[in-house]
Amino acid sequence: MRRYIARQLVQLVVVIIGISILAFVILHVLGDPVLLLLPQNAGHEEFERYRKLLGLDQPIWLQYWKFGSHAIQGDFGKSWYADTPAFGLVLERMPPTIYLTLAGLVVALGIALPLGILAALKRHTFVDTLCTALAVGGQALPIFWLGIMLIIIFAVRLRALPASGYGTWQHFVMPAFCLGAALAPITMRLVRSGVIEVMNMEYIKTARAKGVGERTVVVKHAFRNACIPIITVLGLQFGQLLGGAIITETVFAWPGVATLTVESIRNQDFPVVQCAVVLLALIIVAANVIVDLVVGFIDPRIRVSS
Amino acid sequence: MATLEATTVTTADEPTALQGSLRRLGRLKWGLAASVTLLAIVASAIFAPAIAPHDPLAVNISHRLAPPVWMEGGTSRHVLGTDQVGRDLLARVIYGGRISLVIGVAAVLISTTIGVLLGLAGGYFGGCPDWTIMTAVNVLLTFPFVLLALAVIAVLGASLGNMIVVLGVAGWPIYARVVRAETMAIREREFILAGRALGMSHARIIVRQILPNLVSPIVVIATLQVAQVIVLESFLSFLGLGVQPPTPAWGNMLGEGRVYMLNSWWIAAFPGLAIFLTTLAINLMGNALRDWLDPHMKL
Repeated sequence: MRRYIARQLVQLVVVIIGISILAFVILHVLGDPVLLLLPQNAGHEEFERYRKLLGLDQPIWLQYWKFGSHAIQGDFGKSWYADTPAFGLVLERMPPTIYLTLAGLVVALGIALPLGILAALKRHTFVDTLCTALAVGGQALPIFWLGIMLIIIFAVRLRALPASGYGTWQHFVMPAFCLGAALAPITMRLVRSGVIEVMNMEYIKTARAKGVGERTVVVKHAFRNACIPIITVLGLQFGQLLGGAIITETVFAWPGVATLTVESIRNQDFPVVQCAVVLLALIIVAANVIVDLVVGFIDPRIRVSS
Repeated sequence: MATLEATTVTTADEPTALQGSLRRLGRLKWGLAASVTLLAIVASAIFAPAIAPHDPLAVNISHRLAPPVWMEGGTSRHVLGTDQVGRDLLARVIYGGRISLVIGVAAVLISTTIGVLLGLAGGYFGGCPDWTIMTAVNVLLTFPFVLLALAVIAVLGASLGNMIVVLGVAGWPIYARVVRAETMAIREREFILAGRALGMSHARIIVRQILPNLVSPIVVIATLQVAQVIVLESFLSFLGLGVQPPTPAWGNMLGEGRVYMLNSWWIAAFPGLAIFLTTLAINLMGNALRDWLDPHMKL
């Protein structure tokens, strides 16, 4: 187990360095911060002066080192727009994003677990076909369109729920459903195939042969073992989930990191964009590591073989 | 009586050969229906000038916000109604398909090329290049596609060309991963060894012996990826970071429609429906393609 954790940590460090390089490259190599910062009619001398001021005349690896060593201490520079540290601005907007993501995950599991198990047990019947059709349809549904249609129906027509904003549980209903509906189809298919695979195992036959009730067979013997692939893939899906949260936030004007990022892009406020991108990526990496550790803990075969 | 019950139970559990082949035909049927739908969408995009009832950019303020034909106040002149400046929605939805399909196909071609080349290189040669490529793949797959696209568009600026480049360059890791895994498996096969013994160069082995074996998974991923790119492109345009108005794209129409959703739901509804139908058709076709090319493919 200790070697397994050590290997995970090395991987973690490599990925974090990769992410920091990516975030750095996007701003400093693809674009020129000075061009973005100064008005277009600024003179040549002004450009040079700013370049020196921002340390952009130094070699690129030195610039990266500066960016990296500051970023580790939570210093992503000041927001060009609000003139406060970017890190604080992003951190402040983090909780709503995390709550939304968790709520979406709960909704997705709430839809996917029962339907997936049902489809697996009633395999090749009308119920299975219906669940699969729902999943195929759900996978093709663009989140932002679903969100707008929900707003038109439930907020504009029925006046049952608030169209946007944050605060009460009513504000959570539509965004969480939207996000959950986006993740549910793929999760449902995983649950279904996981349960089907496990139901064909010898130990299920053994359990049945020794007279265990069908309910116990499904819940205790089959589902528990089907959980491992489901947890693994859910961990990998966490990035997608957060990506979905980004889309959902912009539709419902949710005051999270994604809304801040889009606002900052519109204001050309790059320190904030950079900080938000790095922090969101770190959350995903952390989630993946936790999932790997949990799976390694549940299933000894994984930590030995990989 | 008891024997009768027993037989019905067994037939319900295990599908017979007839049921199995019927199901395959059923799946293929959906794939065919999806392909026909997709063909119709592509044809309508290509021949948009011939079939669109109006000019998609023609403004007509006196007919602004007209509802679809089946609603009160709708006219058959504008079957799906008009938007906030009186442009015909049907014409705009038809023309919008052009943008989405061009971006989808172009971006997928770019990411397929990059991903396949890097996947082949990593899988075949192994060692340091493989490690570097796979680390890059892991980093990029950790990033949500949306976040990466947003960050790059923020720096490069919003335009059609930039969008194709961003979506193309961001999408390669999935190809690289699959191609690498398959290449590593094929590399160990005996016909590769035979090729080496006959004096074939590495390049020739990769192109003539390995690549042909990878066509099926690449085609399937590329097909499914077109749908993903279309959705993402629409989202960026929806935020105003993609295709710029007045060029009709499904995403920016949806974004404009959001402002008017209080009274005129149709402006947002129909472009979204177009995205949904296109994505659905592509996904169904991709699934059918996978079943047809290789039922054991794990994607």
